[in-house]
Amino acid sequence: MNIIPGFFYSKNDEWVEVKGTKATVGITDFAQNSLSDIVFVEISVSEGDHVEASDLIGTVESVKAASDVYTPVAGVVVAANESVIDNPELINADPFGKAWLIQVENEDGIDTSGLMNAEEYKTYCEGRG
Amino acid sequence: MMFIPHSDAERDEMLAAIGIQSMDDLFEAIPKRYRFPKINLHEGMTEIEASAQLKEIAEADLSVEDVSCFLGAGAYHHYIPAVIDNLISRGEFYTAYTPYQPEISQGTLQGIFEYQSLIARLTGMEAANASHYDGATACAEAGILAYHQFRGKRKKILISPGLHPHYAAVMQTYLENFDGVHIEIPEFKSLDSVTPQNLADLIDEETAMVMVQYPDFFGQLFDYSEFAEIVHAKGALFCMSVNPIALGLLKTPGEMGADIVVGEGQPLGIPLSLGGPYLGLFAAKKDLIRKVSGRIVGETVDNRGQKAYVLTLTAREQHIRREKATSNICSNQGLNALTAAIYLSLLGKKGLQDVARLCYDKAHYAAERISKIPGFHVLNSTPFFHEFAVACPAPVSEINEHLLHHGILGGLDLSRMIPSLQNVMLIAVTELNSKEAIDDFCRILSGDENDDES
Repeated sequence: MNIIPGFFYSKNDEWVEVKGTKATVGITDFAQNSLSDIVFVEISVSEGDHVEASDLIGTVESVKAASDVYTPVAGVVVAANESVIDNPELINADPFGKAWLIQVENEDGIDTSGLMNAEEYKTYCEGRG
Repeated sequence: MMFIPHSDAERDEMLAAIGIQSMDDLFEAIPKRYRFPKINLHEGMTEIEASAQLKEIAEADLSVEDVSCFLGAGAYHHYIPAVIDNLISRGEFYTAYTPYQPEISQGTLQGIFEYQSLIARLTGMEAANASHYDGATACAEAGILAYHQFRGKRKKILISPGLHPHYAAVMQTYLENFDGVHIEIPEFKSLDSVTPQNLADLIDEETAMVMVQYPDFFGQLFDYSEFAEIVHAKGALFCMSVNPIALGLLKTPGEMGADIVVGEGQPLGIPLSLGGPYLGLFAAKKDLIRKVSGRIVGETVDNRGQKAYVLTLTAREQHIRREKATSNICSNQGLNALTAAIYLSLLGKKGLQDVARLCYDKAHYAAERISKIPGFHVLNSTPFFHEFAVACPAPVSEINEHLLHHGILGGLDLSRMIPSLQNVMLIAVTELNSKEAIDDFCRILSGDENDDES
């Protein structure tokens, strides 16, 4: 199982990469692995939408289940990844890279309090077997 | 399934298991005066008496078999081949329900799959669902899909005044409690004003879906290809409510760029039966498939590599994520969908074309004859299919009473639905109206009753 150091993680298995006032959000390798083959991705927010932490931003559907995705951080949506909608299997292939879901910006800075670091998330995942 | 009531021995066993003596003890908690209320029921009839009474009730109703029928307006009198009743009455099929463990009933699922494939072909769309209740509720499900497609951000649903007024009313009922959704229907001014051009001006950035009927309520036909482009340029979805028989002859909605196609499937071998049960057709483009309500059957292979059918994409219906579903409707008109599948298979491409052609030709023959009767005037100035509006010299209700006296069921009195259309009759003609029947109809309309034998 892959976990990227320096990223932040939510209990719902989303990751956040913070660069300045911007944050990129996706779902983790653990999440894609437990969902198995992803067949459908829906991003339900679009550019300009304001999102609060824990707001629903979309749905990832695999051959086994459909799972909601929430943003772990607040801000204004500045980009949604169109290519992952067209190629849902990207989530299985590259969950931390090409399969990012949205990017948000928050001029007051990205609030990552309440999120786990890579080390804590690793323990969290191991605890779930 | 057989119904086997409990025997006295079984009842005693169950009473003993819960430690009571009799059935009376079981109901002791209910005050005595409520226990066996007197129900004022008829004391019963013999089978012979009951049969006679039912026959009497049935005979009080006027069947299209007993008259020459020129009434349509959404429900049409077509020939139903005898083989249909024979096949759908088989015990394996004779239920309206998809079983709750659907995959165990491969025959049912295959029937639905064939139906979906036929509807997709007929409409020129990529996918069709297992059906809805009727044409009106299928229209409403299309509106709900459009609402979800834009996540509630586009709130206007624009409906052509050429959509059946009852369908528009059902859409209103279904959608009025969706947050902020409003349905806009331009006011009916005249038949000539019911055109795609006049509707196009009302599409804006707020519009989630534009809905037209094809052929429209007044029988009018338009090529909606350019209109579809205008709808799409505004970012909205384009939905067409169709008459499936007409599609045997006409350009498909798919070719014209429709995103969703709905319609009343009754003309496909389903009897008029006092207005139902009917069949709601629903087809869509592939990219909307996850938002299509109801059930979809897919073809796959089982663990031995054999062809098998499954309910597919149900994650959004009612099983896994019901709160996120476009609609929680999961009933389909199984038996009527099967009827439509048998009807279409039986007629084949050529047969359906023939039925559509006969409807078209006979309706045009009738319209031409009627237009020559003094005082009558066909209002349709654009191409029409098998239905057209006629301005009459007297109230339609009076004319219809007169026609009925001669064994003819006249067309719809349009003033019942659109008050400004006083003295206007909507006349439908199908393959079942013979030339003689049409001639008779015109003769009675013209006031010539000399040759009438009735």
